[in-house]
Amino acid sequence: MTPSSSIAAPGATPAPEEHHDHHPSYLVDGTTIKSWLLTVDHKRIGLMFLFWVLLFFLVGGIFALLIRVELLTPGPTIMDAMTYNRTFTLHGLVMIFLFMIPAIPAVFGNFLLPLMLGAKDVAFPRLNLLSLYIYLGGAFIALWGMLNGGLDTGWTFYTPYSAHTTTTVAPVLFGAFIIGFSSIVTGINFIVTCHTMRAPGITWFKMPLFVWAIYATSCIQVLATPVIGLLLCLVTVENLFGFGMFDPARGGDPVLFQHLFWFYSHPAVYIMVLPAFGVMSEVVATYSRKNIFGYRAVAYSSLGIAFVGFFAWGHHMFVSGQSTFTGGLFGVLTMLVGVFTAIKVFNWVGTVYKGAVDFRTPFAYFCGFLFFTVFGGMTGIALGTVSLDVAWHDTYFVVAHFHFIMVGATIMAFLAALHYWFPKMFGRTYHEGWGLVSAALIILGFNATFIPQFLLGNNGMPRRYYEYPERFQALNVASTAGASLLAFGFIIIAMYLTYALVYGKASGKNPWRSKGYEWVSESPPPTHNFVGPQPVFPEEPHFYVDPKKAEVPDAV
Amino acid sequence: MSELLNNILFLPEAASTFAERIDFLHHFVVGTTMVMSAAVGLAALFFFFRYRRRLPAQATEYVVPTLKTEFLFVSVPLVFFLAWFGIGFRDFTWVTTPPKDAMDVYVMGKQWMWKFAYPEGPNGVNVLHVPANRPVRLLITSRDVLHSFYVPAFRIKMDALPGRYTQIWFEATKPGTYQVLCTEYCGLSHSKMLAEVVVLPEEEYEDWIQEQRRGRLQDRQDALADNSLVPPVARMVEQGQVLAGTQGCLKCHSVDGSQHIGPTFLGMYDREEKLDNGQTIRVDEAYITQSMMDPGAHLVAGYQNVMPTYQGKLQGPETAAIVEYIKSLRTPNVREGASEGPAYDAIQ
Ligand code: HEM
Ligand SMILES: [Cu+2]
Repeated sequence: MTPSSSIAAPGATPAPEEHHDHHPSYLVDGTTIKSWLLTVDHKRIGLMFLFWVLLFFLVGGIFALLIRVELLTPGPTIMDAMTYNRTFTLHGLVMIFLFMIPAIPAVFGNFLLPLMLGAKDVAFPRLNLLSLYIYLGGAFIALWGMLNGGLDTGWTFYTPYSAHTTTTVAPVLFGAFIIGFSSIVTGINFIVTCHTMRAPGITWFKMPLFVWAIYATSCIQVLATPVIGLLLCLVTVENLFGFGMFDPARGGDPVLFQHLFWFYSHPAVYIMVLPAFGVMSEVVATYSRKNIFGYRAVAYSSLGIAFVGFFAWGHHMFVSGQSTFTGGLFGVLTMLVGVFTAIKVFNWVGTVYKGAVDFRTPFAYFCGFLFFTVFGGMTGIALGTVSLDVAWHDTYFVVAHFHFIMVGATIMAFLAALHYWFPKMFGRTYHEGWGLVSAALIILGFNATFIPQFLLGNNGMPRRYYEYPERFQALNVASTAGASLLAFGFIIIAMYLTYALVYGKASGKNPWRSKGYEWVSESPPPTHNFVGPQPVFPEEPHFYVDPKKAEVPDAV
Repeated sequence: MSELLNNILFLPEAASTFAERIDFLHHFVVGTTMVMSAAVGLAALFFFFRYRRRLPAQATEYVVPTLKTEFLFVSVPLVFFLAWFGIGFRDFTWVTTPPKDAMDVYVMGKQWMWKFAYPEGPNGVNVLHVPANRPVRLLITSRDVLHSFYVPAFRIKMDALPGRYTQIWFEATKPGTYQVLCTEYCGLSHSKMLAEVVVLPEEEYEDWIQEQRRGRLQDRQDALADNSLVPPVARMVEQGQVLAGTQGCLKCHSVDGSQHIGPTFLGMYDREEKLDNGQTIRVDEAYITQSMMDPGAHLVAGYQNVMPTYQGKLQGPETAAIVEYIKSLRTPNVREGASEGPAYDAIQ
């Protein structure tokens, strides 16, 4: 795509050209190490998060491949049982706490929220920097613990096992506890930013949908994270000093642990997936040049998911011995989450209707995303159908389901975001051909990895199995083959994006001719985002109506 | 049709009444999911081609949904979801509510095995025998950490919690052997915590249980006969072993089964001995004691009456010790220990 200056920014007051030289982009405004490490610029903080999040994704990914290779044959393949148990724990923990939860909010949320709101920065820039260091501090404590002594409880830390295992639980829990603060701090910062920093003209119902999604996510983070913090403290105390909160041998209740754990961890899956929904709303609008079909429905459904997400935790516990009635209640509430997601899906497809579709890399990820969300979401509904969950609970069906919806949707959105906003962040473009090829590989690889796991679950293979009965082997081999395809796709992406970072063509300000608000500023933006007077935003985001046709057709 | 679907979906054999219900709903839900995914996917695909961009600066119409459209978006999925839920919840209530006439079995998970016990009946490890076509209620608990009792062929699963009982029931429809797996991560050998359910036809099950009962009654008698005096049994056995040596018993009786001047002690206790007068006698404490004091009273067929009497040479406790020693040379009995329901023990 050649850069074009012919298209005007959406209703914003463009910066006068002559000022340009005096306002270097945020990337080159200060080049010392210190100017990066101590920066309070939300864009630089976002970029540093990107670096660490990608690094942890690599770590988690390597462990995923080790798991898959081990499962290639029914018996021991490359490691012993203890090592395997530590490997899947490490994989789960790193992927969830160090990659998925911060990935989109901390990287793209940080980078884009102020730009999309016409603000110079987030509400509390120093707190923002602090949240990066809290995250890193927690991450290194947890990783240190995992490598020194290791942890074999799985990322769910279920008691009483976690209170009795001889592996080192305490540092890992403590690390996760610290990371929680990073999450809370970021959440508060975003909420306040949305409330106080919106440029003139941006009313609540003119906020970009990505902002809506981040806002809803932040609410969950602020409300739910303290619960897991408390829980992690209690388990640590139990493990170190033998308190009897959760261990029946000491008068405690193991099911209480599960309630507290899922009260956080169920909403946490929406912390991971809502930002992904937000990214996709932006991507589909830009590449089909359409206003979002049912903007309000999409915005409200984010809040709806955030809200009912708090009341569905018990669907992880249908066979934990809770009462039949409770099971039913949590089952119905789960269905509501499904309905809110369905609203979004229909509205995304509706957005393409009568659009002008440009099929580019991020749009390819949108297609993959649509499939993973519909299929992953519907299998979630199937799991919420209580009687079916009796058979599927804790089998590979569940593993496949959550990889589809959480991991699949989030990875699609993360990659779409990376490609879509790459020119915004670095002012350069990547090779479109390689982008499409690797997107195809990733989507294919992902399906090949996890569709066999649905079938494994049907066939009865429990999760967290180091060895398995012979009859499960064929499907496991298929899944491992898919995983290598997936890994191959990621390697290609890493290569051409690194290349583009250094040698990529200059992208110009708005290579996609998007009318998203963030494209109003320069690409890459200067340190304080906008040059000259604060921009105003008279139109709603993604308003692509032809000015020559003059009038906006009214709502049907 | 449903057989075919089960194969496509890799479902294991359906061998319980609950499995049949589950599979029906499974087909309904998965079928709808596939149709829906395909519909959304095809609609999207159609739109991508129908509305592809023709000019770089092409503008679009402003389209928003009508209230009716949004209403459809909400209500169609809601109706389906609630319908599934309704059927699913009915079946769930059914499987969590055992019928009154169900037969009880206690199940205890323990790192890394499953123990089964029948009230007033036998117990066993890693093999559960049940009759076909009769409701069986499982009362499940754990001795250490969480486990989960899962029989894929029955489509049932229930967590085993330490300090609590949970319950689930099933009615097996086909005799056969089905795998039991543990689905709650429980440490090092979680994936080796396997067991099996053996479903027997009703009559065979009755035979099996009778046989187990006999063994158990015998154990009861042993326990009663063992009127343990002061020294604990293990010490008595040791004592008896020493005495058997010093008193010269072992000069004529072997303990490894080999033939000698007298019958071997190995497996003697509880054996049916053929006597030279044509009768048979069961070897029990009384018979052993009598043979020591009055060896010629009941002569075993094929042996000569050469054994001296020990009358007056052995004290009461010494005699008892030798009897215990001989008892300890039984061939191992599979059914040991009392068979009450499992009790929760604290783990250390
Ligand atoms: C190449 C891609 C991946 C592969 C092949 C893969 C493979 C697996 C496998 C086989 C398990 C099951 C372990 C078990 O139950 O024994 C697993 C668990 C899990 N994976 Fe992945 N995974 C991949 C990517 C991801 C990503 C990207 C995330 C998150 C962002 C993730 C999050 C998890 C979590 C949370 C678990 C549960 C861990 C547990 O059971 O304790 N995975 N993964
Ligand atoms: Cu277990």
